[in-house]
Amino acid sequence: MTRLKADSRHAVRFSLNGKPVEGEAEPRMLLSDFLRHQLGATGTHVGCEHGVCGACTVIVDGMLTRSCLTLAAQVDGCELRTVEGLAPSADRLGVLQQAFRRNHALQCGFCTAGILMSLDHYLAKNPAPTEAEIRDLLSGHICRCTGYTPIIKAALEAAAELTSAKKETSDA
Amino acid sequence: MLQAVKSANPERGDEPWVGRSIERVEDAALLSGRGRFIDDLGVAPGTLHATILRSPHAHADILSIDAEAARRLPGVAAVLTGSDVKAVTTSLVVGVKAPVECWPIALDRVRYVGEPVAVVVATDRARAEDAAELINVEYRPRNAVVDPLGAITPGAPVLHDGFPGNLASDRAFRYGDPEKAFADSPHRFSIDIRYPRNSCTPIETYGVVASHDAGEDAYEVLANFQGPFSIHTVIARALKVPGNRLRLRTPPDSGGSFGVKQGVFPYIVLIAAAARVTGKPVKWIEDRLEHLTASVSATNRATTLSAAVAADGKILALDWDQVEDCGAHLRAPEPATLYRMHGNLTGAYDIGHVKVRNRVVVTNKTPTGLNRGFGGPQVYFALERLVQRIAIGLGLDPLDVIKRNLIDAGAFPYRTATGALLDSGNYQEAVARAVEQGRLAELKAKRDAARAQGRLYGIGFTAVVEPSVSNMGYITTVLTAAERRRAGPKNGAQATATVGLDPVGSVTVHVASVPQGQGHRTVLSQVVADVFGLQPRDIRVNTEIDTAKDAWSIASGNYASRFAAAVAGTAKLAAERVAGRLARIAASQLNVEAGDIVFAKGFVTSKHNPENRIAFSRVAALSHWSPGSLPDDAGQTIRETVFWTPPELTPPDDEDRINSSLCHGFIFDFCGVEIDPVTLETRIDRYVTMHDCGTILHPGMVNGQIRGGFTQALGAALFEEYAYAEDGSFLTGTLADYLLPTTTEVPEPEIFHMETPSPFTPLGAKGVGEGNCMSTPVCLANAVADALGVADITLPLVPARLAEIVRGAEPPPPAGGTTAAPVRKGDRRLSGEGQATVKGAPEQVWAMLLDPATLQSVIPGCQSVDKITDTHFRADVTLGIGPVTGRYRADVELFDLDPPRAVTLRGGATGALGFGSAEGRITLAPDGNGGTKLSYSYDAAIGGKVASIGGRLLDGATRVIIGQFFTALARKAGGGGAAGGGFSLFALLAKLAGLFGGRR
Repeated sequence: MTRLKADSRHAVRFSLNGKPVEGEAEPRMLLSDFLRHQLGATGTHVGCEHGVCGACTVIVDGMLTRSCLTLAAQVDGCELRTVEGLAPSADRLGVLQQAFRRNHALQCGFCTAGILMSLDHYLAKNPAPTEAEIRDLLSGHICRCTGYTPIIKAALEAAAELTSAKKETSDA
Repeated sequence: MLQAVKSANPERGDEPWVGRSIERVEDAALLSGRGRFIDDLGVAPGTLHATILRSPHAHADILSIDAEAARRLPGVAAVLTGSDVKAVTTSLVVGVKAPVECWPIALDRVRYVGEPVAVVVATDRARAEDAAELINVEYRPRNAVVDPLGAITPGAPVLHDGFPGNLASDRAFRYGDPEKAFADSPHRFSIDIRYPRNSCTPIETYGVVASHDAGEDAYEVLANFQGPFSIHTVIARALKVPGNRLRLRTPPDSGGSFGVKQGVFPYIVLIAAAARVTGKPVKWIEDRLEHLTASVSATNRATTLSAAVAADGKILALDWDQVEDCGAHLRAPEPATLYRMHGNLTGAYDIGHVKVRNRVVVTNKTPTGLNRGFGGPQVYFALERLVQRIAIGLGLDPLDVIKRNLIDAGAFPYRTATGALLDSGNYQEAVARAVEQGRLAELKAKRDAARAQGRLYGIGFTAVVEPSVSNMGYITTVLTAAERRRAGPKNGAQATATVGLDPVGSVTVHVASVPQGQGHRTVLSQVVADVFGLQPRDIRVNTEIDTAKDAWSIASGNYASRFAAAVAGTAKLAAERVAGRLARIAASQLNVEAGDIVFAKGFVTSKHNPENRIAFSRVAALSHWSPGSLPDDAGQTIRETVFWTPPELTPPDDEDRINSSLCHGFIFDFCGVEIDPVTLETRIDRYVTMHDCGTILHPGMVNGQIRGGFTQALGAALFEEYAYAEDGSFLTGTLADYLLPTTTEVPEPEIFHMETPSPFTPLGAKGVGEGNCMSTPVCLANAVADALGVADITLPLVPARLAEIVRGAEPPPPAGGTTAAPVRKGDRRLSGEGQATVKGAPEQVWAMLLDPATLQSVIPGCQSVDKITDTHFRADVTLGIGPVTGRYRADVELFDLDPPRAVTLRGGATGALGFGSAEGRITLAPDGNGGTKLSYSYDAAIGGKVASIGGRLLDGATRVIIGQFFTALARKAGGGGAAGGGFSLFALLAKLAGLFGGRR
C-alpha cells in the first residue's frame, strides 16, 4: 500500500464522468473539496461534512459514496460519476432530471445533486421500484425545501419512463 | 399518498400565464450541477480563507489569548481577536434602548457556546484550522443560565450589566377592557407553554467573501444573506462607513434560508474586518457544526395564556404573558420575533379584549433571529392548545369552539383588538370546505374504531391567520409611544421592481427579492409576460442584488412571505407603467387611441382592428433607436423602476395598536395521529391543510411552499430541538443529534385551496410560505393530546418525552455498574469506578505513574508532559473521538498522597474542542502475584464542541482510551496486560476528562 506523506501534495488521477482528470492533493483533502475546488466540479455540494445529509453523494466505481467522507487520494485510479455527467448534452436534461423539473422536485437545488446520483444509481439496477423502496433509498438524503413527495413522484415517473423507453428500444 | 400537482398547461392562446404551474426557469442549471451558489463562485487570486475559533464555554471571562504559535505558522496572515476587531468596527446596534453592546466576536467575556473568540486568516482553510488549534485561550468560567424564567429569577447569573436581571425589555399592553371581561365571564382557562428552540437549518451554510479598498475606505461583500436590507444599515454602521461604502451583493443561487441566512450579518462584519486588517479579500464558509451551534435559532418562549370564556365557548378576552428568550445578545432585528405577531394575538378569532405582558430576556444560548414562521409557532402553540383545553373543559367539540370564535365573513377588512387589519377571508367557508373535502367524518369514524380496539388515536384541529408582508414599523411597538415620538415614525414596506427594454426589444426584470429556491424568476416571468402579451421565456429575470447599483430599500429581501404579495405585484406595476407608455407610442404609430391598444401574442394591436398591429419588439426598441420620433407624452421606455408601499402599513398608534402585516391568509388544519402503545412513536395517519392565500400565482410552487413548511413543522413537532445542558453546553451539534425529517417520516399532506384575493395587493396574492410552520406543530400536539388524553404537551414529541407524560419519570438504573454513568438527569457529570491489574510491584507502578517520561510514552496521543512541581503536571495530548480530533492541554495536581498506596488527582483539560474537569482517587495494592491491583473512582464533567458532537460516542471511546493507556503501561512495566476497564492519571484527567460526558 502506498504511504503518503502528510505534509506534501500528491498527484491524484481518476476518470470523472468519462474524462481523465488530475490534480494535486494533500492526503487530508476530502474528495468533495477536491472535486469542487481543484477540479471546479462544483455541482457536488457539501451540506454537513459528516455523512448525514447526502448532498455530496457521488458514484465511485459503481458505488454510491459520500464524497465528504472520502479522501481525494482514495479515488486515485477510480471511475467517478457526478451530477455534471447526468445530462445527455449541455442543453438537454436526462429523463430523471426532466421528471424533477416537471414535478417541482427541487426548490433551492442545493441537495439535489446527491439525490439525483442516488436515484440514477438505484434506477439502473431497479427499474420498477415501489414508492416504499424509493422512500427507503432516499432516507439517506435531507431536503429542507420540498417535503420530499415531489421527489418521490419524479423518481417513480422517471423509472416508468426509462422502463418504457428501454422496452421500445428492445422491441425495435 | 402522492398528490398530483397541476402541471404546465399547453400554450393555448389568451389565458394568462399567472395561475399556471409552468416549469421553472431555475431548474435546468440546478439539475445539471451548474448552480451558482456562493462557494461555487471563484474568488480573486490571493484571496485568504478564514476560520473561527469559538468558545467552548457558555459563560466565562477570557483571561488571556495566546495566538503567537498560530501567527507563526506558515501561511497564516492574521489572527484577529476581539480587540483587533474592536479597533476597526463599532458595536452592532441593539434593538431596545439599553446601555448594552453587541459585538460579532467576544471581547473579554464569552456568553454562549460557539461565540467567536478569534478569527484566523490563512492562505487556505486547512492551514487556518491548523493555526486555530494552536491558539491558547485561558477562561475563567462563570455560572450560566439557559432557562428564560430562570434568567429573570433573583440571583441568576447576569449576562449584561445593561440588562439588569437579564431583562432586555418589559412592556405591558391593554386593549379594550380585559379586566372587566375576565370579571364578568363564567369561565377562565389558562395554559403554561414552553416552546422549544429549533431552526429551519438550510442545507447550504453561511458564506461570506469580503474585501476592503483602503483608498476609499469602502467594503465589498458577497454573502448569501437574505435580507431584510434594513440590516445593511446595521453592517455599515458597525464597519464605520456610510451605506454607500458598503457594497453588499448576493450570489445568483442560495441553498435555502427560511429566515436563517438573515443571521449571517455578524459574520459579514467579522470577515470584512479581517479583510481590512489583512488588506486582502477574505472568504469564509461556515461548517455544519458552526451552523448548528452558533448561526441563529428561533426563539424559545415561556408563555402563560389565559382566556375569559362564556358558557358556549365564546372567548371574550385573552391575557398573554410571554417571556421571550433571545439568547446571549439582542441582535437586530430582535426582539422582532415577539412583535411580528403583535397584531395577530387573537389569531383567527373575534376577541375584543386583550391584555399583554411581553418580556424579553437574555440567556447563555446562541442569539436568535429570523426563522420561518417567525413568532407564529410560539403564539399559535399557546392559543390553539388553549382552545382545545377550553373545549375539553366545557365539554364541547374543539371544532365547535373554533367555529364559534371565528371572525365573521362579513366583517372584512377586520381590525383586531391589537391593531392588525385583516384584509379578506371567509373562514367559515374554508372550514366547511376542509371538513367536507378532507373527510373529517371518515377520520372521526376511524378514531372511534381505533379506540374501540384500545389503540391510541387522536384528532387535532388548528385555525390560523398567516400574516405576510411585514410592516417595517412593527418592531417599534417594543418602544413606548413617547419613545417612538422621539425616534420618529417607522412604517411601510417598500417593494421594488425594475423592468427594462433593450435595443432589440427584449425584456429584463430585476427585483430585490433575494430568493433561496422559491422560483421567483419563474413567477415574475409569468407576471410580466401577461402584461406585455409575451411568453415567460421572452422575459429574463435577475434576482441578484447589488446595493451599489440596484434599486432596493430597507424592506428588500426574502422574509415575511412578501414575494407574491408585494414583489410580484410591484413587478406588475412596473411592467404596466412601461406598457402604458408603449401603448401611447404604438397608438401614434397605428393611428388609434391609446385606449384601443392591447398587448397579445408578441404584438401591440388595435382592439378594433386586429390586423392593425406592430411587433412588440419593434415598439419596445424605439426608445433606444429613435427617441426623437416618439410622442412627447410617452417619455422613455428603456427602464422603469417602481417602488410600492401599502398605505395600510401605518406606524403603531398611541394606544400601541399595530397593523404588523399587510396580508392575512387563513389556514385550517386537522389531522389524525396514532401513537404506538409500546414505543410511543407518533405516526401521522392523515393530515389535511386548507389554505386561503388569496390569488394563487403558481399552484405548483404554492403547494411546494405548503409541503416544505409542513415538513419543517413536522420536524419541529416530532424531532427537532436545539438542546442545551444546564451549564449551557450545546448538545445537538450534528445532524445525527439534531434530527431532521427524512422521506420515511414525512407523509403527503392533503392540500386544499380557497382563493379570496387580497384587496390590498396588486395581484390579490397573499403570502403562503410560513403558514404550516405556525399551524402544524400545534395541530399535531392537539392530536397527540387527544390520543393520550393528557393536558400538557411539550414539543418535540419524542417518544422519551411522551413516556414521561404517560408513564412518569424513568427509574434510576440499578447501582453497582463499573462503567461511567450519568450521576443524574440533565447533568453532564459522569462518574465511574473500576479495577485493573498491572505487572510490577506497587512501588514500581507508583514511580511510573509519577514519572513524566513514562507517562508521555504510555498516554495515547501524548505530545509532552511537564512536571511543574512534584505534585503538579502539565500535559499536551492529541486525541480523536468520532469526528473530533483535537489537542488538549491538561493541568493536574495530586493531593492526599499515600505512597505507594493511594493518591487523589484533581485537574482540568482545555482545548479548542472542549474542556473538562475531573477528580479521581486511585489506590494501589499488591495482587498477590507480584503485580499491582489498581482501583479507581472518578467524577468528571465535560463541555464544549466535543460534547456537542461526540456525545453519543464518548462512553465507548473512553473505554478504548483507557484500554490503550493500560496496555502501554503494562508493556512499560514489563509485559502482562490490563483486563477490563482501567484508570490512569491523565487518561482520567488530561484526556478522558476532556472527552467523556456530553450525555443527554
